[in-house]
Amino acid sequence: MNIMTSAPPVALLACQGLGFRVRDTQLLYGIDLNVNPGETLGIVGPNGSGKSTLLKLLAGLRTPSSGSVYLLEQPLTRQPRRQIAQALALVEQQADTHDAISVFDAVALGRTPWLSALAPFSAEDTAIVDQALADVDALHLRQRTWSSLSGGERQRMHIARALAQRPQLLLLDEPTNHLDIQHQLSLLQRVQALPVTTLIALHDLNQALTCDRLAVLDKGRLVALGAPLEVLTPERLLKTFGVHAHYLTDPFDGACILRFRAP
Amino acid sequence: MTRLLPYSAAALVALLLALLAGIAIGETQLSPSVVYQVLANRLWDAGYLVDPIDQGIVWNYRLTRTLVAAACGAGLATCGVILQALLRNPLAEPYLLGLSAGASTGAVMVALLGLGAGALSLSGGAFVGALLAFALVLLLARASGPTANNAQVILAGIAGSQLFNALTAFLITKSASAEQARGILFWLLGNLSGVRWPSVWLAVPVALAGLAVCLWHRRALDAFTFGVDSAASLGIPVRRVQLLLITCAALVTAVMVSIVGAIGFVGLVIPHALRLLLGGSHSRLLPASALGGALFLIAADILSRTLITGQVIPVGVVTALIGAPVFALILVSRRKQR
Ligand SMILES: Nc1ncnc2c1ncn2[C@@H]1O[C@H](COP(=O)(O)OP(=O)(O)OP(=O)(O)O)[C@@H](O)[C@H]1O
Ligand SMILES: [Mg+2]
Repeated sequence: MNIMTSAPPVALLACQGLGFRVRDTQLLYGIDLNVNPGETLGIVGPNGSGKSTLLKLLAGLRTPSSGSVYLLEQPLTRQPRRQIAQALALVEQQADTHDAISVFDAVALGRTPWLSALAPFSAEDTAIVDQALADVDALHLRQRTWSSLSGGERQRMHIARALAQRPQLLLLDEPTNHLDIQHQLSLLQRVQALPVTTLIALHDLNQALTCDRLAVLDKGRLVALGAPLEVLTPERLLKTFGVHAHYLTDPFDGACILRFRAP
Repeated sequence: MTRLLPYSAAALVALLLALLAGIAIGETQLSPSVVYQVLANRLWDAGYLVDPIDQGIVWNYRLTRTLVAAACGAGLATCGVILQALLRNPLAEPYLLGLSAGASTGAVMVALLGLGAGALSLSGGAFVGALLAFALVLLLARASGPTANNAQVILAGIAGSQLFNALTAFLITKSASAEQARGILFWLLGNLSGVRWPSVWLAVPVALAGLAVCLWHRRALDAFTFGVDSAASLGIPVRRVQLLLITCAALVTAVMVSIVGAIGFVGLVIPHALRLLLGGSHSRLLPASALGGALFLIAADILSRTLITGQVIPVGVVTALIGAPVFALILVSRRKQR
């Protein structure tokens, strides 16, 4: 592939011909993707289709076997980790600790890319951490220890940590899978209201319909990209997810809802 | 930051009191005032009249070994903190990871096969041995599974320790005279009897430098709380930090082993206890562990000199007698957590 001749795409985050293999298994095949400033781009696909792998590559945590990733139009591999972390935050699907750490300290880790060895943790940093806690509706958990939190509370703290990074780009890997319905909806709403560009891997396709654009992954390939209603057609859902689906219209507000049946 | 001052003052007082106890207590009991007078004479020519024998005991024997004990304790505890943070394993420790065994083999090779003479080349041998042992242990752990940060590292460490201890024993039986062998074996179990001022000038700066390097990277160490990927996404250059700090741990361990032999469990017991007390933040944990390690090893040294009258128990035996049960406790409490 001649990456040298093709100009880097104009986008906040982009990848070209992105491929990734682990030993003999090809996990991702030639993915081209542009993330536009301000949008919420959803990534959907069945289990094992490569959503988490793609997010890790885009965050620079894995080195692609082919193609490249561009952050703010610069190749990701040429940027220092600290600079990347100031622009981009990732919330992993699963990350936990046995350490006895307080909730505040866990969220305060998000300030790491902005602090130096000599700079103390300032009042401004504290304010940013508190704001992040407030953003996930968890100021009351501030003094608790990490091990005392429930699964959903931990997930909200991970998101708060990413918000405390004050990134331009937020990469979320299934951020709602442990949350109760109220927090699922409020989290998605808040994330979409924030002035950050968001890339979000989701399993709930009805929630995915609220994204600005959707990317569908199937066995490591990007098989569809576009507006949610254009992408999640009944044919696509049958082919990629193996379910029959049709749209209902909510009489309450006229919104489209997907309803599924096993084949 | 405003709380920094009272804490450092308290730490300093605790350290001075421990040093005083380390100097005063022993086969010949010395009163604190004698100790003070000797130190005052030596440090600012106070001109007190002191028995020259007492003077010699304080200045050349007790003070040096107590200072080295403090430096070794601080250094080993600091190494324990780094290894536990970087390997994400609360049981990681220089001794259990085979660093001490490798360092012993290296030092014994230098001492017996004559690859040089003197304190520095002994440390050189210990350093190379520690690094080789650690590299071998990590390779073994990596080979046994993709995520080399759980029980495998410890298992690999135990295998590595066994191998290097066997090698050391082999070298001793093959090349040492009976007298040499007895001396080396005693040294291997951790021995502070032979230390004099040159050892102090090696151990104290190395312990302080190791602590300083780790404190400089305290935020990076914190960032490993949720694993390697999480640290990387928080802007930590993971490979570079791991390489630097693990090399630092190997260097500090190697120097300490070359001076006092293999002293185990300091790096395990102290950070673990302090983590329970203070939480995981490394800006507190690192200085507290260094202090705790220093106090612990001074106390262990005092015990080693006083438990049996007229005889010195190797200090490594004392730390193991305390450390092994604590190790078992950690294992049991970890199982309950799951
Ligand atoms: N290190 C690895 N070695 C081998 N296979 C791997 C490795 N990492 C991931 N895979 C495989 O790659 C595929 C994609 O994994 P990935 O975690 O990206 O899927 P996903 O779309 O996020 O799935 P889920 O919806 O379950 O989170 C899976 O089949 C997984 O088993
Ligand atoms: Mg996933």
